[in-house]
Amino acid sequence: MIELTVNGVKRQVDVAPEMPLLWVLRDELGITSPKYGCGVAQCGACTVHIDGKAVRSCQSSISEIAGKLVVTIEGLENRDQHPVLQAWIEHQVPQCGYCQTGQIMQAISLLERASKPTDELIDQVMSGNLCRCGTYPRIRAAIHAAAAKKMAEK
Amino acid sequence: MEDIKNISRRAFVFGSAAIAGGIAFGSYGDAAMAANGNPLAAGLGPNSVTFNPWVEISPDKITLIAQHADIGQGVGSAQPILIAEEMDLDPGQFEVRFAGPSPAYFNTGFANENAPFLAADHSPAAEAARAYALEALRKSGLQMTGGSSTIPDTYEKLRIAGAVARETLKAAAAKRSGVALADISTQSGHVILPNGTKIPYVELAAEAARIAPVLDAKPRDPSKWRMVGKPMMRLDVRSKAMGELKFGIDRKMDGMMYAAVKLNPNKGQPLKSYDAGKAQSMPGVKKILKLKNGVAVIATNSWYAMKAVDAIQCVWAPSTYPAEQAGHWKVLKGSFKPQFLGKEWRKIGDVEAGLKQGTLVKAEYRAPYVGHQPLEPLNGLAIVSDSGMEIWVGHQSPQAVQSIAAAAVGLKPEQVTFHNQWSGGSFGHRLEFENVRVLAEIANQMRGTPIKLVFSREQDFLQDIPRQIAIARHRGSVDKGKIVAADLQLASTAPLKGLLERMGAPSKDPDPQLAAGLWNVYYDLPHFRATSYEAQGLSPSTTWRSVGASTAGFFTESFIDELIHAAGLDPLKARIAMCSVPTYRKVLETVAEMSNWNGPLGNGRGRGVAFVESFGTPTAEVVEVTMTDRGVRIDKVWVAVDVGKVVDPVNLESQVQGGVVWGLGHAMNCQLTYAKGAVQQTNYNHHEAMRIYQCPVIEIRALENDPKVRGIGEPPVPPAAPALANAIFAATGKRIREMPFNKFIDFV
Repeated sequence: MIELTVNGVKRQVDVAPEMPLLWVLRDELGITSPKYGCGVAQCGACTVHIDGKAVRSCQSSISEIAGKLVVTIEGLENRDQHPVLQAWIEHQVPQCGYCQTGQIMQAISLLERASKPTDELIDQVMSGNLCRCGTYPRIRAAIHAAAAKKMAEK
Repeated sequence: MEDIKNISRRAFVFGSAAIAGGIAFGSYGDAAMAANGNPLAAGLGPNSVTFNPWVEISPDKITLIAQHADIGQGVGSAQPILIAEEMDLDPGQFEVRFAGPSPAYFNTGFANENAPFLAADHSPAAEAARAYALEALRKSGLQMTGGSSTIPDTYEKLRIAGAVARETLKAAAAKRSGVALADISTQSGHVILPNGTKIPYVELAAEAARIAPVLDAKPRDPSKWRMVGKPMMRLDVRSKAMGELKFGIDRKMDGMMYAAVKLNPNKGQPLKSYDAGKAQSMPGVKKILKLKNGVAVIATNSWYAMKAVDAIQCVWAPSTYPAEQAGHWKVLKGSFKPQFLGKEWRKIGDVEAGLKQGTLVKAEYRAPYVGHQPLEPLNGLAIVSDSGMEIWVGHQSPQAVQSIAAAAVGLKPEQVTFHNQWSGGSFGHRLEFENVRVLAEIANQMRGTPIKLVFSREQDFLQDIPRQIAIARHRGSVDKGKIVAADLQLASTAPLKGLLERMGAPSKDPDPQLAAGLWNVYYDLPHFRATSYEAQGLSPSTTWRSVGASTAGFFTESFIDELIHAAGLDPLKARIAMCSVPTYRKVLETVAEMSNWNGPLGNGRGRGVAFVESFGTPTAEVVEVTMTDRGVRIDKVWVAVDVGKVVDPVNLESQVQGGVVWGLGHAMNCQLTYAKGAVQQTNYNHHEAMRIYQCPVIEIRALENDPKVRGIGEPPVPPAAPALANAIFAATGKRIREMPFNKFIDFV
């Protein structure tokens, strides 16, 4: 049994120690917001927070996660009022939506490091998150709007 | 399968000789409503009512049916909103359900595309041909999402469907209350009586079921619209941003097991033998299955299944197409011969004589195979019992899912119950069937156990039936500052014919998609000819966002640019001057104004323009680039389109931006190449398309001058590649005639 904390709840799973966190979340714990896209850290659809940092869950084996705090979009604090989610909805970023939870988890992490990111920084930090529908212009706009919201809240 | 065969005989008449006279198709809406029955009637609960195939009201909820699949393009929102507009329903007052397979949901939108007349041709003969095509579509009952047809198909009929529901509910309320119908109104999900009494629709369901539906109900004047035409919040945005929306891949059932597959990468060929010795004892593995064209592992977790199937050694039957990529190009180059003629689609003047005037310009262009690769890999959930199969998968062809799944395991199509799913993208991928066929095969071997199949990304790439590969050999002439002749010829694999064949409906007609972007050139040219050749024996190919126009649009608009340059003219002014359709000319003039085409540009910068009509939607794009020491940077793209009527300006902008990103990204960075019969690119690092750092600012303007309502999912794609190539030429003098462009130039 391996123990981990997901969205504030202690969970135990009985799986191979090298199983990636992504597949523990999706197939063992039924948490489906982290998406399988590529399996090799090329798309970012599986991005979650581990101890507060955006991480590709397809590349983190469960044995490395033991004892750490995992947060998926379901477990964000103050989720209904979250400035990044609000901005994503107001700017209607999603098209098919499959990559968007990963995009959002990456964007939250970016805004924790840089309160007012430039387009250049956004492009740099978000370039590991692939969107096949081409929502990039709206992703940029939503991140700027979320940054402004966060500033206003302070 | 007979139904599907009729599709090819009747629905895709473009290119055949089936057009003569035609028959008038009376009231489009009435016919659509009553034409092919109502599948909702059979499943109706007690005290419930359905007025037509799109509206169902039970005592506890209102359900609106989305017949077109939502693959990210927003039609899971646009369709119910068109109904809700007329029913006076607000978002939140109804549920949306995807339609099951039924001829009631035949796609009227294909009628525009499948008549052998140019989209801008509104002559009586053209309209008669479209009416004939519409009646053929009704008879075929073909239900399919594709060809940017959702809005053209549903714009009128769903508003009529909503109006019929509204007027029938009012009639039921009049009967109950004894109040005159004229004094009754509706608002926000309620019938309102003159005394202010509000009756919720759901309370009128049983009574409405007992009266005749008001079939002559008229939809409202657009000036009365509350939602349509105004910026809307897509119904799926919130649940997608919150991570709550369940895609097909997220479906679960009690007792479900997970499957992964390894299939013959020589597409269409069987498995010869395999060795699963190592896989059998790997963690989580429950069973190993032999399939017709590969192997499957059943496990307790998708990851266990994928790891184990990776460890199985397979011996494959070889491909029937050339094993190496060079062989594909060789066959293509040898296909410009009479025996491979698809069709001479259009001929104006005397091309051979015209080519002898002035200066001759010749150029060869190439477009490679590319993948679809939506981010949600192909998947599905199915269970087979003695009575039949139930299958959950996101797909654009519900009837074909039924027949393909049934045929794979010896069932009748009606024994397959299909539940369509929200899809994480498609771009044409979810018109094909490889996941459906193998899922049916696996579930049949695992009878009684629900099976969730997920393709690994690598399998998805290896099984992805690519966009057509094509070569164009264009010739033209210019004389005294004018284009005299253009002779456009291309050789290509046939994407739509390939799809029809795999649907079980092979067609002998020339592939009409090879005319798209080739014959529909709207410049006044004295001598013009457009001819397609169909290469034989190459990789199967299929519809990829914008289909034929994705390659031919690049060839045509690059070559027109070459001719304009040879004639010493300005690329955009010359296009405007030559454009023969006033509404299309307006699109070009609009993009000129938006992009400040005449404005100054510094050194090392360039602007390029391209104009393509595809699926009836004229689209002009200007791309502006800067040459930097790290390569070409795309600064900005301006897009002008004419869709006749904008249903949702927000989603329209999303579709245009997405189409431009799609068109540019693949033209810059993507190809699939074969080696030893398999594609060599098996994950996104080898087929990147566009990431955010390459994405330009994209500004759009949508006009509403076209006499018909047009789609927007695909039309922004074809002009993107030629506009970029033309901009690079303007900045550097270097003409790139082959995709992907990064073989010839670096991008920032």
